[in-house]
Amino acid sequence: MAKNVVFSRLRRLGKNERFDDDLSSSCDSDEVHVLAVDDSFVDRKVIERLLKITSCKVTVVDSGMRALQFLGLDEEQSSVGFDGLKVDLIITDYCMPGMTGYELLKKLKGSSTFREIPVVIMSSENILTRIDRCLEEGAEDFIVKPVKLSDVERLKNYMFGEGRTKSQGRGSNKRKLQETSSSPSPTSSTSPEPSSDLSSISSPSTPRSPTSLDSPSKRYKTSHHD
Amino acid sequence: MEIVGQLQKQYVDFITSLFREAYLDDQYVQLQKLQDDSNPEFVVEVVSIFFEDSEKLLNDLASSLQQQVVDFKKVDGYVHQFKGSSSSVGAQRVKNACVDFKNFCEEKNLDGCLRFLNLVKQEFYLVKNKLETLLRLEQQILQAGGMVPPLE
Repeated sequence: MAKNVVFSRLRRLGKNERFDDDLSSSCDSDEVHVLAVDDSFVDRKVIERLLKITSCKVTVVDSGMRALQFLGLDEEQSSVGFDGLKVDLIITDYCMPGMTGYELLKKLKGSSTFREIPVVIMSSENILTRIDRCLEEGAEDFIVKPVKLSDVERLKNYMFGEGRTKSQGRGSNKRKLQETSSSPSPTSSTSPEPSSDLSSISSPSTPRSPTSLDSPSKRYKTSHHD
Repeated sequence: MEIVGQLQKQYVDFITSLFREAYLDDQYVQLQKLQDDSNPEFVVEVVSIFFEDSEKLLNDLASSLQQQVVDFKKVDGYVHQFKGSSSSVGAQRVKNACVDFKNFCEEKNLDGCLRFLNLVKQEFYLVKNKLETLLRLEQQILQAGGMVPPLE
């Protein structure tokens, strides 16, 4: 287990990065810790940089399996041993060999320990049914690739809303997503729960469709795909 | 004769033409934004990974299309990867060629696939060449003590 953690941490060590020894210091710093999952080497490099430049601690892995390993979920362990490595956000590619981002999302939302962690899906394909499916399964957001700085900056709202008792409530960006649909989302925006809280308020019970196709620009352009 | 000024002009003219001719798109600008003093080599690093990745994909594509029985799903998978990585670095023409290539995969059209493999290969080597020139120009500017003019 510790071995997996070290391995995962080493994977993300870029030669240009200062290595804060966050293995020993816990995440009570203000930095959010993001776990990024993508099978593409190019995209991993880009997402890592995007996240770091927005002041996040980043762990990057190349598959859903590795993500689960990092979280300790595949071994069905509780997250107790991982407090110091608490993950505040998971951002994953959709199309990956083996386990897709969607499957990873389902696994995470099916776990009482990890379902509170906001999950964002990235995809090169702007397919409405796909977006819908992911949001219904509990994804916070869906980003159409290629990912830009403005996309990542927007994500910070989720990160601070979840595990941190700061600023915005969790619902704020979901509201933006569904501006034109009925507003009171089942997930309350008034209580930013720490991610270890097991009371599950995160999974929406009603399907939400991204009817606000106009905001933010690139994400939900109507597509002629099915 | 001001070397830096000349090099900078060369750079601006060149990169402008690359955008105009759609070799590069806005995503390249995005990558430039991610480069700074703490990560001065970021673009070079990403682009290098892209080059390596692509060579491998082109090989995989060639061999998968040479099989007795072509597995179009597999081919499509490779094209999808190529489309993704080219999109992530802003290599617009490569990406567009991949989009069309994918259509032929879906139609299981071997001829079309072979044609588009060639096209994608062509576009890739073109943009590779251009990017290498561009990055070299940047290096020259920096070595001459100048600053690389920011994009846009």
